[in-house]
Amino acid sequence: MKKLLSIFAVLAFAFSANAGTLDDVKNRGFLKCGVTTGLIGFAAPDDAGNWAGFDVDVCRAVAAAIFGDSSKVEFTTTTGKSRFPTLASGEIDMLARNTTWTLSRDVNLGFEFVGVNYYDGQGFMIPSALGVDDATGLDGATVCIQTGTTTELNLADFFRANGIGYEALPIETNDEARENLFAGRCDVYTTDASGLSATRAQADDPDKWVVLPNIISKEPLGPLVRHGDHQWGDVVRWSLNTMIIAEELGVSSSNVDESKGSNIPEVLRLLGVEGGYGEMLELSNDFAYNIIKQVGNYSESFDRNIGPDTPLGIGRNLNALWTDGGILYAPPFR
Amino acid sequence: MENNSNFEIRKPPVATTGILGWCRQHLFSNWVNSFITLLVIYFLYQLIPWFLDWSVFSADFWTNYKGELIVDRTFCSRVADPEGDHGACWAIIIVRFYQFMYGFYPSEQVWRVNLTYFLLVVALLPLLIEKIPGRKHLIKFTIAFPIVAFILLYGGFGFQIIPTNKWGGLLVTLVLGVFGIAIAFPLGILLALGRRSQLPVISMFCTLFIEFIRGVPLITLLFFGMVMLPLFLPEGLNLDGLVRVLVAVTLFQAAYMAEVIRGGLQAIPRGQYEAAQSVGLSYWQMNRKIILPQAIRISIPSIVNTSIGLFKDTTLVIIIGLLDLLGIGRGALADATWMGLSNEVYVFVALVFFIFTFSMSRYSLYLEKKLKTGINMGAD
Repeated sequence: MKKLLSIFAVLAFAFSANAGTLDDVKNRGFLKCGVTTGLIGFAAPDDAGNWAGFDVDVCRAVAAAIFGDSSKVEFTTTTGKSRFPTLASGEIDMLARNTTWTLSRDVNLGFEFVGVNYYDGQGFMIPSALGVDDATGLDGATVCIQTGTTTELNLADFFRANGIGYEALPIETNDEARENLFAGRCDVYTTDASGLSATRAQADDPDKWVVLPNIISKEPLGPLVRHGDHQWGDVVRWSLNTMIIAEELGVSSSNVDESKGSNIPEVLRLLGVEGGYGEMLELSNDFAYNIIKQVGNYSESFDRNIGPDTPLGIGRNLNALWTDGGILYAPPFR
Repeated sequence: MENNSNFEIRKPPVATTGILGWCRQHLFSNWVNSFITLLVIYFLYQLIPWFLDWSVFSADFWTNYKGELIVDRTFCSRVADPEGDHGACWAIIIVRFYQFMYGFYPSEQVWRVNLTYFLLVVALLPLLIEKIPGRKHLIKFTIAFPIVAFILLYGGFGFQIIPTNKWGGLLVTLVLGVFGIAIAFPLGILLALGRRSQLPVISMFCTLFIEFIRGVPLITLLFFGMVMLPLFLPEGLNLDGLVRVLVAVTLFQAAYMAEVIRGGLQAIPRGQYEAAQSVGLSYWQMNRKIILPQAIRISIPSIVNTSIGLFKDTTLVIIIGLLDLLGIGRGALADATWMGLSNEVYVFVALVFFIFTFSMSRYSLYLEKKLKTGINMGAD
């Protein structure tokens, strides 16, 4: 299937080798962004039918950078299976859909990951009554596991490496896992840590469940574009970087206007007061100002969608800035 | 026989007539049946009150048990008061009803969808009611309906264009179901006739087509429509996602419809063909006037059966990312505002599907009765 997909991707790419994506988007007047069909905190339609979420904010940031208007996005819903063909065929300009950056996707499928907006990893969730505070203490546990995923393989590796046994209860969907776990048919549920937090938030009493600190895999999630259009890749990459740099510099949607009078050179460069960095990307010089003003910096987006004050309650952990003990890092804006 | 009037006419024994007799005959005719009857009654007794209580009597609609308006899941009685005895929280359906019905269709244009729904009913009238006045003219409208519906829903001709990624919910389900069935039906007839044709090229093509489509799952065809169809199209021509799915659904349904109708064709006695040919009817006249009316008539139960199947199969489009009724429901569950209320969403979606499929099956029963399809054709 993967091989087949890559052939399609190459074919589709060969057919769509036309003018630059940035020009296409500008002429069209709106951005076409691929998101999930619904994932708590990352992308979902709200009651009014507007898409919102952590991944959606990346799309909105790119729209703000290009048009100065974060609402000029049309969202196309994609599933795990349809996301790559949809991007390859040119139906969408970019994909922001919790997609793990791997070598084969980057190289073989002909895409380009422009950065990481969320460092995820596979974790474990258990009832707090179990009294276990480390996954190595889970010897003999029954584990709810989605079949046919990398999580299944990671799980087997982890338990083998630690010389402990487990019993797998295969399930298909997140919903199914949740029901099984809450009904006590399995002791442990394992999937990406963000998914575990979402599951925990849906419990009648979330305090009865804990997500263990063990993270057993690397799942860097990020937006991606088609390979070959570097100018377009740069636009998406620096839209994402802008959000991270803005947090580093303490510029947020609430103080972005005052910050234009800042005496820190990098803030002035970021907001387009000095230098012509927007022009280098063929955008307006205040593209970063528009992103911060309309979407906010990285921490604003994080706190609004998945942070500790949302039902998901995910801590920054790995996704904290490099200066705060995390690994979130963006190249300098100069 | 006049002099028999002084005999008293004895009624049949009480135990064999009326409700009692019916019960005895149908429910308690022997030990095994009596046992099954009691078992079923017991389960219904357990199930129905519980379900009614959950879905109606202890359920939240607009407000929760404290009388507050429900704006997110934390207001739902069963979330706010997990110890209490509370049922469903229908607020998720009520708040998102618009999305369930229309998806993300702009609200100032939604009258177009409503008008289309209304015109759909008008278009169905001449098919549903035989003796409706002006049936001939209405039939013309029915045939033109798909084009009218397309312009109304999509736009053009002075209407603002609403791209299909804004469509969703019941709208997508109905578009796929109604268009799929409406286009597949004539296509299926042609394929069925083609497969039985004396011309080898036509017959081989139709057979190959039918066997190929029937030999792969619908999901494969959906992927084919989503991924491969664009590759066959000339550069620059990007067929709409919904149209590509519709093509896949229609082809799938046409192949099944063809086999159903072929079954009907095979039931027509040879004599009917010979009689038609002997009065000098051409191939098309023979099929249109003699063969097809009979063949379709006996195929009605199967036609409706495959149509119901297709209508339900449209939920598969969620796998390629279209948000149909079920997809919108799952989208609602993926919003932190409403997550966890999956029972409510799935029950509601099931209910909507049941209303449509049950109506279809009732209609088929009505048709069967009207056309007396059960009666042996030769003696009719």
